[in-house]
Amino acid sequence: MPSLKDLKNRISSVKSTRKITKAMQMVAAAKLRRAQDAAEMARPYAERFNAVMASLAASVGDSDSAPRLLRGTGEDKVHLLVVMTAERGLCGGFNANIAKLARQKAASLREQGKEVKILTVGKKGRDALRRDYGDHFIGHVDLSDVKRLSYPDAQRIAQDVLDRFDAGEFDVATIYYSVFENVVSQIPTEKQIIPAHYEKEESGEDGQSSGTLYDYEPSEEEILADLLPRGVATQIFSALLENAASEQGARMSAMDNATRNAGEMIDDLTIEYNRTRQAVITNELIEIISGAEAL
Amino acid sequence: MAETMNFDLVSPERRLLQEEVASVQIPGADGDMTAMPNHAPLITTLRPGILTVETAKGETKQFVVTGGFAELGEGLSVLAERALPREEMDQQTYEDLVSEAEEKYRKAKESFENEPGPVDDAAKLLADMVAVGGHIGLSEKQPNL
Repeated sequence: MPSLKDLKNRISSVKSTRKITKAMQMVAAAKLRRAQDAAEMARPYAERFNAVMASLAASVGDSDSAPRLLRGTGEDKVHLLVVMTAERGLCGGFNANIAKLARQKAASLREQGKEVKILTVGKKGRDALRRDYGDHFIGHVDLSDVKRLSYPDAQRIAQDVLDRFDAGEFDVATIYYSVFENVVSQIPTEKQIIPAHYEKEESGEDGQSSGTLYDYEPSEEEILADLLPRGVATQIFSALLENAASEQGARMSAMDNATRNAGEMIDDLTIEYNRTRQAVITNELIEIISGAEAL
Repeated sequence: MAETMNFDLVSPERRLLQEEVASVQIPGADGDMTAMPNHAPLITTLRPGILTVETAKGETKQFVVTGGFAELGEGLSVLAERALPREEMDQQTYEDLVSEAEEKYRKAKESFENEPGPVDDAAKLLADMVAVGGHIGLSEKQPNL
């Protein structure tokens, strides 16, 4: 049985752990609000952008003149997985879930005889995938000095991806990130960005009122060629923002659990401490009484 | 006749303006144009320049945009790569933007030596960027090439 002193030490150490997790939870809550606001503010742009792209892509269609970013290279051999995770841990299963999804995909691609290349964004994903797929890494983007995600950060990543695409390094690019559902659920998601898929939004009831006929200035193709690279950046940007919100949400609930567990542990330990204390007192009394009786 | 249309100015990071406007002057890639209510549907790309908005109440607001595109349908949405209210544009920001364009031009010159297309595009971008400074009364930064 642990001595009174041991118990006391353990209680105080769990108490200070609880203080830390509590503080981390509150910090995460504050950051979460900011991250959510940022994601909220970026939404109108992304929505509009996708709507315009969808109508453009539909009108240019699969014709041979369509840009490669939309049409693809015509092959499906080399896949680039852009795995976006957090820079820090202690956020529950957040990083592990994204890494798991990417790992599954990489395994199934390899089974089909495809080549896999991996670009990691965020330290934790790199660490998680290094052991199995370390030799597939082609690059890493470090965002640890970035305090506030801004569009140029996304543009940098997009430029990197596009340069590699132009150099013919891969045929298909997919991003992996977490969609922020709410504080307790973040959904690891994959999304193909090259060749781009622009889903038509559900066009009205009649099914084909796919919008107005636009004039284009300059030509349709030129606009599309101008916008597609931006589309990549926009998608990466919104994925980064979703990810940031998810990370904070995951951390918040992980730290909330940790705080609660620490609290329960303190209660248990305190009960044990009090029992032991009583037992010690009883023991001492018995010793004194039996000593007195012996006289 | 006070016809108005809904106008939306968004950048990837935030929505800068959303209100009823009487007209908007857009720096289109093929030249400036003024969008008014009931304009024919149009999509155009933007060059760096100044976007002038005349609101329904008759105020004038100006924004510096650095590219992106505009969609004119029932209303007008401008999706700018980067957009700043004119008041927030200072010499420092302006010079940063010019040097950024300069960098792009240099890169284009290097990587597309024998194709004039992208180099010309980058040169135009740079020239437009420099001109923006003159329009808003900052001292123009001359690119050193």
